[in-house]
Amino acid sequence: MEAHATLTSPGTIENRSLRGQVLGFNLIWGVVGGIVGYIVGHWIGTKIGNNIAAQSGSDQDDVAIFLGMLVGTFGFLGGLGFFAYPLQRMRGLPATLREREEIGRWRYFRLCTDHKVVGIQYLVAVLFFFFVAGFNAMMIRGELTSDNATVINSGNYLTLVGLHGTMMLMMMSAGVLGPLGNYLVPLMIGARRMAFPRIEALTLWLTVLAGVVLLSAIALGGFPTGWTGYAPLSDQARGGIDAYLFSFALIGISLALVGINVMTTVVTMRAPGMTWNRIPIFVWGLTTTSILAVLAAPVLAAAIIMAALDRTADTSFFLSSQGGSPFLWNNLFWFFGHPEVYILALPGFGIVLEILPVFARKPLWGYRLAVAGMFGVALLSFMVWQHHLFVSGINANLRPFYMFTTELISVPTGLIFLNAMGTLWKARIRFTVPMLFSLAFFFNFLIGGISGVFLSDVPSDVTTHGSYFVMAHFHYTIMGGLVFALMAGLYYWLPKITGLKMSERLGKLHFWTMFVFFNTTFFPLFAAGLLGMPRRVSSYNPSLHTLNVFVSVSAFCLGASMLILLVNMVWSLILKREKEVANPWEALSLEWQLPSPVPVYNFEEIPVINSGPYDYGVPDRVPIADLEPTVTGTEVGT
Amino acid sequence: MSAAAAPGGTGAGFGEPRHGARIAVAWAILTVIAVPLVIWVAGPHIPPYSGHSTQSSDQHTVNVVLLTAAVPVIALIWVYFGYAISVFRQRGPEIVDGPPLTADPRIQITWLVVTSVMVLALAVYGTIGLYNDSHGAGGGQGPNPLSTPPAGSTPLQVQVIGQQWLWTFRYPGYGGVETATLEIPANRWVAFHVTSLDVDHSFWAYELGVKADAIPGSDNVAYVKATNTGQFQVRCAELCGLWHGHMNSYGRVVNAGAFSSWIAARQQQYSAITKTLPPYSKVYYPDPIRRAG
Repeated sequence: MEAHATLTSPGTIENRSLRGQVLGFNLIWGVVGGIVGYIVGHWIGTKIGNNIAAQSGSDQDDVAIFLGMLVGTFGFLGGLGFFAYPLQRMRGLPATLREREEIGRWRYFRLCTDHKVVGIQYLVAVLFFFFVAGFNAMMIRGELTSDNATVINSGNYLTLVGLHGTMMLMMMSAGVLGPLGNYLVPLMIGARRMAFPRIEALTLWLTVLAGVVLLSAIALGGFPTGWTGYAPLSDQARGGIDAYLFSFALIGISLALVGINVMTTVVTMRAPGMTWNRIPIFVWGLTTTSILAVLAAPVLAAAIIMAALDRTADTSFFLSSQGGSPFLWNNLFWFFGHPEVYILALPGFGIVLEILPVFARKPLWGYRLAVAGMFGVALLSFMVWQHHLFVSGINANLRPFYMFTTELISVPTGLIFLNAMGTLWKARIRFTVPMLFSLAFFFNFLIGGISGVFLSDVPSDVTTHGSYFVMAHFHYTIMGGLVFALMAGLYYWLPKITGLKMSERLGKLHFWTMFVFFNTTFFPLFAAGLLGMPRRVSSYNPSLHTLNVFVSVSAFCLGASMLILLVNMVWSLILKREKEVANPWEALSLEWQLPSPVPVYNFEEIPVINSGPYDYGVPDRVPIADLEPTVTGTEVGT
Repeated sequence: MSAAAAPGGTGAGFGEPRHGARIAVAWAILTVIAVPLVIWVAGPHIPPYSGHSTQSSDQHTVNVVLLTAAVPVIALIWVYFGYAISVFRQRGPEIVDGPPLTADPRIQITWLVVTSVMVLALAVYGTIGLYNDSHGAGGGQGPNPLSTPPAGSTPLQVQVIGQQWLWTFRYPGYGGVETATLEIPANRWVAFHVTSLDVDHSFWAYELGVKADAIPGSDNVAYVKATNTGQFQVRCAELCGLWHGHMNSYGRVVNAGAFSSWIAARQQQYSAITKTLPPYSKVYYPDPIRRAG
């Protein structure tokens, strides 16, 4: 293969001139292409929409909006240069990974296929949208300090709720797979790149675009449906729902592609000696997540196409008055939506189980059991979706089945707890910032899991369904679980990614404030739900006013605590820039054996792996890998 | 890096303390203290409160049972993690490796068996709760309920119609009269037939422990037997658009005599309007209104 030669030789690295950087494909031209594409698509769509009765009767032409977004997407990708390479190949030019072979800051604003650059681009994008969505949450909590809609009117309130939910779900499902997955998977399995470098770049820019498109819902009149987009309501809503549908479809495509990329990388790109039982548990977490993403996200995309057709071409998939069924959307959505919940959980399991052995200085207890647990969660997550429809009246006779499968998921999840407990047994725990976040993960996830048992039990669920109890439950699992794990991962791996020290003091301040205020924010909401407060309301029973004010104040403190992370990143990584040693945690896994920051080609020679990554305390331990194997460089890497 | 630290180095001269026994004792003590507290002190305060209906009493019991069952689990995890964090910690900047323990298969199998048995017990308990004398636990069971009130109890049929953003209630047994307020008799089975005219709603009679989604084109039946007279809240529990948060009202449980006179008065009051209503049907299909704003 021609491509192979360029890949294995860390040869020429380009540093293009400033003029070449500006005039070549980059983000600026991507934005220009996106805007021009939107205008062109919108104009064509107007011509078509004028001939459709349902569209011409409305002040918003959904055909034009969808076509604008579609053409805009291609314009954006074209401006970034995604079509240059396929066109070159069609003209018979040789295969390269040219987009990768350059250095300098500009590559962060361009299509770059270096998995480490993409990882950092992903991290910045995901954190940006994470903070936008977090700010939405602050506004929601601000409004809820009053028991009646006051500052924010009902329509804007619902848009905020929908934006917060959708943005968080979208960005957090890419939140570990994208930044940490792309950056670390090749390093952890001894590869020089991901299997599909251009797909990896594509997923990033689709994610960025999805975030922007979702925000454009504000300009299109908002959307009232929350992140679930239930059908007859989505059909009735104004143009903002088009942005919701389109951005969710983009994320669906992006997620499926990330999944394919990670799975293929793990299966085919492992270094010699990286056998299945030596793969770091974090990589297993991402692999199982990828399986879920590949199987679930296309269902979402299909459902979204149906919803979009209902809105544009007057089909009636979800309209009961014309032969469709709202249940169809509910089923398709949750068939994606519940695996999605575990797309948000499994990377967290992977991160905390990766970090625990390092700071417990002990081998991961029950490695195979942990892998089995992750696969068990992945498998079962496709069999539980109707617990979201327990009181909807659909298939009431299947409720015991879904109750059973839902409760069954706690068995493989419980294995993760057992792994952690075994790893901590007689350990030498160091309370670094990543370890604190990892331990807090188990505290929070326990509460999330136990509350999940209440929700899975139908008689109990009748009261808690659709109430703040549910809301508290999934914040305990997603924020208390995944976000805490993500923070652990950031504090753990950022020194490797940047080569710089993170402030320990600010990190601990961030941890303690986040841990305390997270719990004071969400624990009272279990009570709010049990006392009869439905989700997604801006006015509630005045008897719950004190409780809500308390929660809001806690939430503001939680928001302030998240700002400490930003302050820490700015202070440590931009202002102070204190160099960190290559392996500050003295971890044994492969990625820490590389210099920081990691060189462009990761490994001079493809390493030969000698042992598993968790041999802490093992007598006569051998180094995990031979980084300069005596075999010739061109032979390995397959 | 000190690779070969002796396992259990701290108490080398005196023998390792029996960590497992300490954890077991602490767990047992905590559980023995916490379980009665949960049942008798916290228990009565866990919503939904019992006494309003068979269903809410049932749900209350379920919540207390589940919380009680959760106590040993939470206690085990907390005691274990708390113990590990405080005892197995490395003081000082030194990095010392712990003992390279391997996972004992007996522990793994025991854990798997115990958690599986607990899950099975929970699932059986939950299933019983669906088919016992609360007949569906107050949840919507769809058009063909599996668990119905005992034969001969002749439930009062009440159709609950959700629309943006109000509830109306139709009594097919009383000439199909439609009211804006809900009244039901105490100590008699009531069958709510929940449906919607436009988008998804969810009928939530909080104190009664009833929740059933109102979905256009669907007849969702939920049973309740109110056991006490009094007022209860009616809310919408499924996001239905702009005024979702305001889609609430109150209903009343009254005794049988008061209900008869109330419904008779409504029949008379609304007789002119009732004639103009569409004939009683399990579901209604109004023209879809697009882009309602």
